[in-house]
Amino acid sequence: MKRNFWLNLGAVALLALFIWAAGRWADEYQVRLLNNLAVFITLAVAYNLINGVCGQLHLGPNAFITLGAYTAALLTLTPAEKALNFLVTPLYWPLSHLTLPFPAALLAGGLAAAACGFLTGFPVLRVRGDYLAIVTLGFGEVVRVLANNLQGLTNGPLGLKGLSPYTTLWWSWGVAAATVAVVVCLVNSSYGRAMQAIREDETAARAMGVNTFRHLLLAYILSAFFFGVGGGLLAHLITTISPSLFTFFLTFNLLIIIVVGGLGSTTGAVLAAAFFTLAGEGLRFVEEPHLLLGLTLPGVPGLRMVILSAALLLVILFFRRGLLGRREFSWEALGLSFFARQKRYET
Amino acid sequence: MNDRLSLANTPIFLYNPAVDAVTLLQQLINGVSLGSLYALIAIGYTMVYGILRLINFAHGDLLMVAAYAAVMGVGLFAWPWPVAFGLAIGLTGLLGVLLERGAYRPLRRAPRLSLLISAIAASFLLENLALVLAGGRPQPFPVPPALAGVLPWGGLFIPRLSLIIPAITAALLGLLFLIVYRTRAGRAMRAIAKDLETVSLLGIDVNRIIALTFLLGSLLAGAGGLLWAMKYPQVNPFMGILPGLKAFIAAVLGGIGNLAGAVLGGLILGLLEVLIVALAPSWAGYRDALAFALLIVILLLRPTGILGEMVGEEKL
Repeated sequence: MKRNFWLNLGAVALLALFIWAAGRWADEYQVRLLNNLAVFITLAVAYNLINGVCGQLHLGPNAFITLGAYTAALLTLTPAEKALNFLVTPLYWPLSHLTLPFPAALLAGGLAAAACGFLTGFPVLRVRGDYLAIVTLGFGEVVRVLANNLQGLTNGPLGLKGLSPYTTLWWSWGVAAATVAVVVCLVNSSYGRAMQAIREDETAARAMGVNTFRHLLLAYILSAFFFGVGGGLLAHLITTISPSLFTFFLTFNLLIIIVVGGLGSTTGAVLAAAFFTLAGEGLRFVEEPHLLLGLTLPGVPGLRMVILSAALLLVILFFRRGLLGRREFSWEALGLSFFARQKRYET
Repeated sequence: MNDRLSLANTPIFLYNPAVDAVTLLQQLINGVSLGSLYALIAIGYTMVYGILRLINFAHGDLLMVAAYAAVMGVGLFAWPWPVAFGLAIGLTGLLGVLLERGAYRPLRRAPRLSLLISAIAASFLLENLALVLAGGRPQPFPVPPALAGVLPWGGLFIPRLSLIIPAITAALLGLLFLIVYRTRAGRAMRAIAKDLETVSLLGIDVNRIIALTFLLGSLLAGAGGLLWAMKYPQVNPFMGILPGLKAFIAAVLGGIGNLAGAVLGGLILGLLEVLIVALAPSWAGYRDALAFALLIVILLLRPTGILGEMVGEEKL
């Protein structure tokens, strides 16, 4: 136990060193990529909690990401910037004069999403399976419609421009590490075991005395919180947000990540998020024109999504377990249990 | 000159926020026409759901495929429109069967989550293939002149389509009900909806019947896609998503797995959507959210829908 604590601490220190080095030597493009990667790790790990660990096909992360992004953005913009953004309909009063520091705004974004998760959790978690999928999908659609129409709050389809790029490597990776830590602790606790029991057989879990609604609500709200925080990070990374940014495409990308990583495996979600971000960049080349053996091949816009959706279909058809199945990273598996094993032999 | 100007300024659709009898009747006709379109699409969802307990997420995209096929048939190959439309519907039906074969059948014994993810992936694949092959720019839909135009009738201006759509829908649904309730294959279909395992033990080729179900549902989706494209004559790769989702909600509203319920749900949803815009024009922007709000209310109050029978908790 103690050994794992020191190993984890060492890993965190290594990560910190890496971020420090990246901040010092990486160029702008690489920093952007690393930021994206960290945000996607946050989102994917949170998504895996409700989708993989609890086994409920939740299709509305984009709704909570939108909520978090807008809440955080509205809180960090200064009154002058808000006046510049809201030209058609002025922003409602208390928000128009309120400015919070970035961490507080991020937290507020997460809390707004979590509060919304609490409210929607009651109708959503009354149903299961396909119904849950379609209700959460509908919820994402409702949030998009609201963001487009509540002009006095969201500036409608125009969105918000000129956010300060507060999302540094420290923030994005710090949040990613915190998310992983919280989710791993939760999954390994009695709550996490109950959630996995619900995934395997809900009736049996209930018969064993598990309050299924409360456990699912906990996972749903916690994932909503991290979606909100991730949304805030995303908003201050892209610096321009509009309702069209957070469509079902975003959810679909997250779904690919957790399925490829292995539904239910946090390690898989982290690895697949990294793989997806890098492969997504790598796949950009199919959309650009190329010179091949003297022939100019025109780039095909949209081909990237064709490849990704075909990949998801193939993975779910032929490698349903994904990259890691439900296995998790552990120091023991890494072979660092050398000392522990020796001890066991002695006794 | 003056005459022409005044004619051009005459609104084709009388639109008056103050509700009088004529406007209301006009909107009712529009609502029934929209509702019967939803019904046509909802039938496909409800048939597949009844048998496989799967939301066929790609069902909405079949609308788009049918519309593109018709655009290509009329525009590229210059076929007369009845030929092009017929081939487009047939192609959509085949695609539906292919979809079941490729994306759903291998997963029939897998966890439900995998099946759903496969459906979503198939839907995205269709949309993005269309995007790559046809481009993202919306294309105009060639509405046959015989079906276009407006009939003036006692102060009302009724688009010909608003009469044609319910008529075609009624005819197709009549045919479908005959197949489902009066033929051997239809009986097998209903039996599979009750219990797939037992039916397969009784010597019925379950795969064939499921393929037939997908064929029928997809043919209806193809017809619905063409009618939709004539009503809103613009074709783009993502045009099927929203009608698909709303039709699914209509199916849930009526009671999923129930054919008559899908028709009823479609009509209710279509009428509600049209009336809310007619009665409260300032809410028009929220029209697309209405269906989902309705869905949440149904699931809270009566998860089995209006005509649905009560089922055990596990099936939800």
